[in-house]
Amino acid sequence: MEIIILGPGCAKCNKTEKLIQQVVKENKVDATVEKVTDMMKIASYGVFGTPSVIIDKEVKCTGKVPKIDDIKAWLGI
Amino acid sequence: MKLKSTLDAMRGVNKTNIPVFFSFLIGAIAVYVWWVLYHFLPLLSSWATYSLLPLKKGSHLGASIEFFLYDTPKVMMLLFLVVFGVGIIRSFFTPEKTRAFLSGKSEFAGNVLAALLGIVTPFCSCSAVPLFIGFVTAGVPLGVTFSFLIAAPMVNEIALGLLYGLLGWKVAVIYLGTGLFIAIFAGWIIGRLKLEGQIEDWVTQTNVTSVSIEEEKMTFNDRLVYGWDAVKEIIGKVWIYVILGIAVGAGIHGFVPQGVMASIMGKGSWWAVPLSVIVGVPMYSNAAGIIPVVEALLGKGAALGTVLAFMMSVIALSLPEIVILRKVLKPKLIAVFVGVVACGILFVGYLFNMII
Repeated sequence: MEIIILGPGCAKCNKTEKLIQQVVKENKVDATVEKVTDMMKIASYGVFGTPSVIIDKEVKCTGKVPKIDDIKAWLGI
Repeated sequence: MKLKSTLDAMRGVNKTNIPVFFSFLIGAIAVYVWWVLYHFLPLLSSWATYSLLPLKKGSHLGASIEFFLYDTPKVMMLLFLVVFGVGIIRSFFTPEKTRAFLSGKSEFAGNVLAALLGIVTPFCSCSAVPLFIGFVTAGVPLGVTFSFLIAAPMVNEIALGLLYGLLGWKVAVIYLGTGLFIAIFAGWIIGRLKLEGQIEDWVTQTNVTSVSIEEEKMTFNDRLVYGWDAVKEIIGKVWIYVILGIAVGAGIHGFVPQGVMASIMGKGSWWAVPLSVIVGVPMYSNAAGIIPVVEALLGKGAALGTVLAFMMSVIALSLPEIVILRKVLKPKLIAVFVGVVACGILFVGYLFNMII
């Protein structure tokens, strides 16, 4: 599974990354977590708000910090 | 935090669906408790200042402390109510919907709509760049995009709620009207100037893979939770600014003699308005921090237009935002943006000093 977090480095973006890392670690999910901070790259994904979470090329959420339950649902836990 | 546990319970029980009338009942009780508390605040703060603390009525320190003890809970309570209410309204809007609504709109009507949507669309200045690119590449005219980008930070729920609570509905309406006016006309002028060539080249060269985002279906209870999350997030972020702002305001209230501001920031001095804008632009604070200061300045005889100009330039134009936008805009367009908005603010400042 490929998880991409888009965020230029605002507080919410860092929080999102932390949460996802935590869920992945705790549940031993087989996934790569990548954070994209470059504005140009973020723009090319066509999302508006940051942070955004993209899992296997599918945009899961934009513009807000996801809830742990949501993250678990995306990862199929 | 009874409300919190109730809401958390609702979140958990959501799948079995709490009846909507139950949510309404809790809401009605909460609003009533809020109103009673709000009503007794002046009495409580006065009592706390002069009975609990060894302060004399009429002393400088006493006046400052009373102002602080009254304004802090008042502002927090107002923020709570407004942010919760606007949070619920915002749950109906997303940037994606706003973009779909604005693309292909004719220029002037587009500017008006964009400014109005700027108030209710959830937006954080840290995502100004992806939003800008998203709008422009989807065919929203440049000037219309700017109307949105100007209105979103300037005319926001925090500013309106605080102005209403601290300075009355007239000032709130004036702020709303003039803020929208500046956003609409500044955007319109930028559109007329045909500055599309002043967007950084990489923006138009970017291949945007358009992604479909599933539309979430929200129940009424989901919207309540959304509003509550907004309260937690926004109050958690701005409370320190509020307290600092009120502390500065309290100092002005207690120690600056009556009428001093009238000579510096009063109607008589023509240079006060441009000076306020020049001082205000590099300052970065949000509405929550600046409005208590504004309240105190007005109380000491500063003119409304001057104070309005100061507040607008602090909230609407800020160095961090300009630095962020520099990534997508060439210097000339940045200069035009700042210049046009600053002129609009100057105009509003002079206008109100003249008519009020």
